[in-house]
Amino acid sequence: MSFHWAKAYEPKNSFMRWLDERLPLPRLVYGAIGGGYPVPRNLNYFWNFGVLAGIFLTIQIITGIVLAMHFYATTDGAFNSVNQLIMRDVNAGWLLRYAHMNGASFFFLVTYIHIFRGLYYGSYKAPRELVWMLGLVIYLLMMATGFMGYVLPWGQMSYWGAQVITGFFSAFPLVGEPIRVWLLGGYAPDQAALTRFFSLHYLLPFVIAGVVILHIWALHIPGSGNPTGVDVKSERDTLPFHPFYTAKDGWFAAAMLLAYALVTYFAPDYLGHPDNYIQANPLATPAHIVPEWYFWPFYAILRSFTVDFILPAKLWGVLAMFASILLLFFLPWLDKSPVRSGSYRPVFKRFFWLLVLDVLILGYIGGAPINWWRVALGQAASAYYFIHFLVILPLVSAFEIPLPLPSSISESVLHGETKEAAPLGQNKPRRGSTATAG
Amino acid sequence: MATKAQSAEVPATTGSEGDGVRRRDFLNVAAVSFAGVGAVAALAPLFVQMAPSADVLALATTEVDISKVQSGQGIKTQWRKQPVFIRNLTPKEIAEANAVPLSDLRDPQTLAERTKPGKANWLITLGVCTHLGCVPLGISEGENKGPYGGYFCPCHGSMYDTAARIRQGPAPKNLEVPEYKFTSPTTVQIG
Repeated sequence: MSFHWAKAYEPKNSFMRWLDERLPLPRLVYGAIGGGYPVPRNLNYFWNFGVLAGIFLTIQIITGIVLAMHFYATTDGAFNSVNQLIMRDVNAGWLLRYAHMNGASFFFLVTYIHIFRGLYYGSYKAPRELVWMLGLVIYLLMMATGFMGYVLPWGQMSYWGAQVITGFFSAFPLVGEPIRVWLLGGYAPDQAALTRFFSLHYLLPFVIAGVVILHIWALHIPGSGNPTGVDVKSERDTLPFHPFYTAKDGWFAAAMLLAYALVTYFAPDYLGHPDNYIQANPLATPAHIVPEWYFWPFYAILRSFTVDFILPAKLWGVLAMFASILLLFFLPWLDKSPVRSGSYRPVFKRFFWLLVLDVLILGYIGGAPINWWRVALGQAASAYYFIHFLVILPLVSAFEIPLPLPSSISESVLHGETKEAAPLGQNKPRRGSTATAG
Repeated sequence: MATKAQSAEVPATTGSEGDGVRRRDFLNVAAVSFAGVGAVAALAPLFVQMAPSADVLALATTEVDISKVQSGQGIKTQWRKQPVFIRNLTPKEIAEANAVPLSDLRDPQTLAERTKPGKANWLITLGVCTHLGCVPLGISEGENKGPYGGYFCPCHGSMYDTAARIRQGPAPKNLEVPEYKFTSPTTVQIG
């Protein structure tokens, strides 16, 4: 479905007509990312990050398939196949490996910006709840894929990451330890675990690609949101995706790829950890073990539970860590405010930036060595994370008085906020007025 | 489902009266159930292939010579691919462990319960922190033994005492004592 003014696909030559009649693939593409998809005309740069995430998924799949051609999934071969064969002997292997390593970081970076965009502009609200939830499914799959990929080079951080993360399962009473042994295929990470992680690390990106298609499909039913959060009302509110947003996405993707190239070429190991250049040793744990940066906030929540309270501290940590993501699935019902955009919600906006700060603090704590004040700060920040979603957000959405919304997207864009802003439904759009005012 | 008595009264081909269950409904349920049982049975090999394989289980026992471990020393060995700590406790360490009241412990166990009778100086535990599975420090000379003189886990700060019992930090349990027996005064068989 789309808006009724969306242009229908018209084949430009007889071959495309022939194809379109038999398999309407050109029609599908035209309606999804071509001139046939009308998009609100007022999108800001935060709306570029979904496309960027798609680009980095593609980069990861391509570099990953090529790396798999040179990788040995054995406990005595994996480390050398990455660090000797791929990094030194395979032509351009170093580039592909660094591109894949840093591609993962950039994939997470743009995805986090995409998620926080959604949090600020209320992208999870009706009618886009399923878009949000499918996005969370993608994010969970990304975490699983990222973790298993980090195990494959079989360095010290790989090995002990696998040990700690599969150790989460042993927190559950009775069934936990058998599940852990079953997942690893042994009592500690070893050949069985390495081979199955490789198999799943190859599989999951294609599952992600499948869910991405569902995510976009669900998005294109109501159409894209926009920074005012006001629904599209007429053709004046939209522009065709092509050429307007293909051009904007294109230049911004080039800018982001420039940043990616800078890191890949000039600081390829900056986001990694030196201990992973030591081969896995099951008898010695590195003194300071941390996951990759994109898991730090969750690692901080895990480590925040230090005393038993009814349940063991370890189980609390694991439950809280999983809950911190699962609770986002309930966001559309925790924040009941009818105003989508944070720009028109003065109280919500302040708490949103506090949440950003809170997650940054959690990230810092999760990546730093433990000491008494960091534990205390991590506990406060973990508590605040849950308080934000479970207490503050429902209260704010109940009591906050939002600012007046513009009556339509085109009015807010063409005439300036001060002149056009008015309580929702209180003024008629003035047709034919020009952009002289404001 | 149609019983014999019902199918005598209701013509089996229509079954439009009575309990409203048609013969076709029964056939549908039976066919789908049969296929369902078959599908579940076909899942079994996909499930069990994940469990430890025979070669992993074959490493289930390890023999260790402990004749060279002096009082106050410890060695690290491997059993089922996991580190095992074998420690020859000094009389002072034994006394420290026995002096702790059980009510102070998160996972109450005496040193005697964690060692073999007459061999209270031989403390044999897995070197796997019960929190998330790191290898605690303290078995080798010069490593940080933590404030309780036993083991210290660098990952999340769990501290164990001289009987390898959890005293402080996030770990819920004492270091696990594996099954083992002394096959001779200087040889231990683990597993």
